[in-house]
Amino acid sequence: MYSLGIDSGSTMIKGVLFDGKDIIAYKKIPTSANPKESIQNLYKELYSDKVAYVVATGYGRLLLPEADRYVTEITCHGTGAAYLSQEIGAVIDIGGQDCKAILLDENQHVIDFLMNDKCAAGTGRFIEMMMRILEEPMSYLDNFVKGKNPISISSMCAVFAEGEIVSLLAKGADKGDIALGIIHSICRRTAFFAERLKLADPVFFSGGLAGFQVFRDTLEFYLKRAVKTNTMAQYAGAIGAALIGYKKAAVK
Amino acid sequence: MELVKDLPEVFDEFAQQRKNSFLAVKELKEKGTPVVGAFCTYFPQEIALAMGAAVVGLCSTSDETVPDAEKDLPRNLCPLIKSSYGFAKTDKCPFFYFSDLIVGETTCDGKKKMYEYLAEFKPVHVMELPNCQSENGYKMYRDEIIRFKDALEERFNVIITVEQIKEAIKLKNSERKALIALYELMKMEPAPMLGDDLYKILYGSTFKFDKQAAIDEIYAVINQVKKEYDEGKHLSKRPRILVTGSPISGGASKVIKAIEDNGGVVIAFENCGGAKSIEEMVDEENPDVYEALANRYLNIGCSCMSPNPNRYRLMGELIEDYKIDAVLDVILQACHTYNVETLGIKRFVNERYNIPYMSLETDYSTADIGQINTRVAAFIEML
Repeated sequence: MYSLGIDSGSTMIKGVLFDGKDIIAYKKIPTSANPKESIQNLYKELYSDKVAYVVATGYGRLLLPEADRYVTEITCHGTGAAYLSQEIGAVIDIGGQDCKAILLDENQHVIDFLMNDKCAAGTGRFIEMMMRILEEPMSYLDNFVKGKNPISISSMCAVFAEGEIVSLLAKGADKGDIALGIIHSICRRTAFFAERLKLADPVFFSGGLAGFQVFRDTLEFYLKRAVKTNTMAQYAGAIGAALIGYKKAAVK
Repeated sequence: MELVKDLPEVFDEFAQQRKNSFLAVKELKEKGTPVVGAFCTYFPQEIALAMGAAVVGLCSTSDETVPDAEKDLPRNLCPLIKSSYGFAKTDKCPFFYFSDLIVGETTCDGKKKMYEYLAEFKPVHVMELPNCQSENGYKMYRDEIIRFKDALEERFNVIITVEQIKEAIKLKNSERKALIALYELMKMEPAPMLGDDLYKILYGSTFKFDKQAAIDEIYAVINQVKKEYDEGKHLSKRPRILVTGSPISGGASKVIKAIEDNGGVVIAFENCGGAKSIEEMVDEENPDVYEALANRYLNIGCSCMSPNPNRYRLMGELIEDYKIDAVLDVILQACHTYNVETLGIKRFVNERYNIPYMSLETDYSTADIGQINTRVAAFIEML
């Protein structure tokens, strides 16, 4: 028996198949301008007769009517992060359009959370937009900012920051310095936001940005706490959904 | 009095009460009854009732007139203030239109500054509300209540006697007792009805001008709910939520809906429309009616008071008496006093009662319903 967890995020849709012990398949596809079609494609690819229970999460979760249950991304990220890295005290997820801080108790249950979805400047979208202006690919981010000196970005808003960056470029500022400045801006903002919860060590960092060493290091610097992650961190929400689904299927 | 209708129909009728009163207020005006418009729970209704005036609530709760208000007021201002000003300015609200006098209090910064502009095109009387519940504060509010009485006497050419005020105090107290008896039904486990339905009655009853008839109707609802409960008609077991914070009627009631759509039930309202404005009686034995009114009204635990111990006290009582599982604090955008107080309330709820707390910032629009649903659903999953 398998369970299928699908996390419909704003940038990527992630799917995970779970057999009660291990993750046996996982896949992600871009959300695209037609999220409904994308989520269906991913579902069809991972679904089989062996799947006993489907849980959908993420902001687009309701686009999958085939789901047996909808669970919010807060609960799923908490559960998924605890699976990927045992004995964590909190989760910080920087997603494509929001940022979450989740506090877990000793049983790895969610006991408090905060969500920021009103401002793009603290999300993955911000660095994506800025890299586009700098005309550099996201995938080489770590190398691109290695040994650079961060330029302080003072704008509080992603849209205004764009103007600030254009004028920095006009002044001949180094692109790597600018990019590192943006990374610092996102991490500082995220740390201040998350510190409103009484964070407990260690902090698990999930979401697409967790894949970059520079984001992990910078977040650790501002949080002044140990930050852990996992190569599967971007799948934390989908894993949590699959785990919750497996539990539900077992009692069904 | 016995109800001839089913409960759902009665709940809906109360929900429509504000609209239904539009005609009633017109008829009252035609009969020569003065109409006094009020904004706030600090408004001593008894004084206006004593002269036979009808009191209407003016706090507006729809984002319809916000763009009109934003021509004069800043954008990042509380939606209640903008909406109210917008309705007054455009005369889209019959209650504003028919009000002979609008009474405001110096509560939050946004409201008291808005009244200055409102007074340019409507008759406005502003009561000076102290910011502290100190001995001097109570004295000052007593004087302000007398000044308000004098203003009514002069404007409407009437005499308001102590006896009339005493009668009004008794009437309002019996209305409070009826409303308390109604919301105390929610102490039952599982809950007898949705918080959404309870709120319809609490809010709707403020727009009934025949107070005695309203009281009779509330008791009839209570009896009906009890009868149905005994017959087994009630909700299934759900997480019991206390709602507190800024006023939540109208546009912001989407939060109540989000809680109840996601499997919770709102057991108690601590906000303006709920326990905060109803819980305490005016002392009928005090021969100084103005002191009795000042003591009761200034005790209200609104965040415009500093410090604000009565909000904590009432919230603690509600958490214990109603077996609350979690507290949801609803903050209207740019409502600074309630927003600042979220930290203290969170500490109080988490540390003293060891139950979860969440605050939500919203306005009267429907733009954030998706986000609100996600947050509220996650909050309830946590319980």
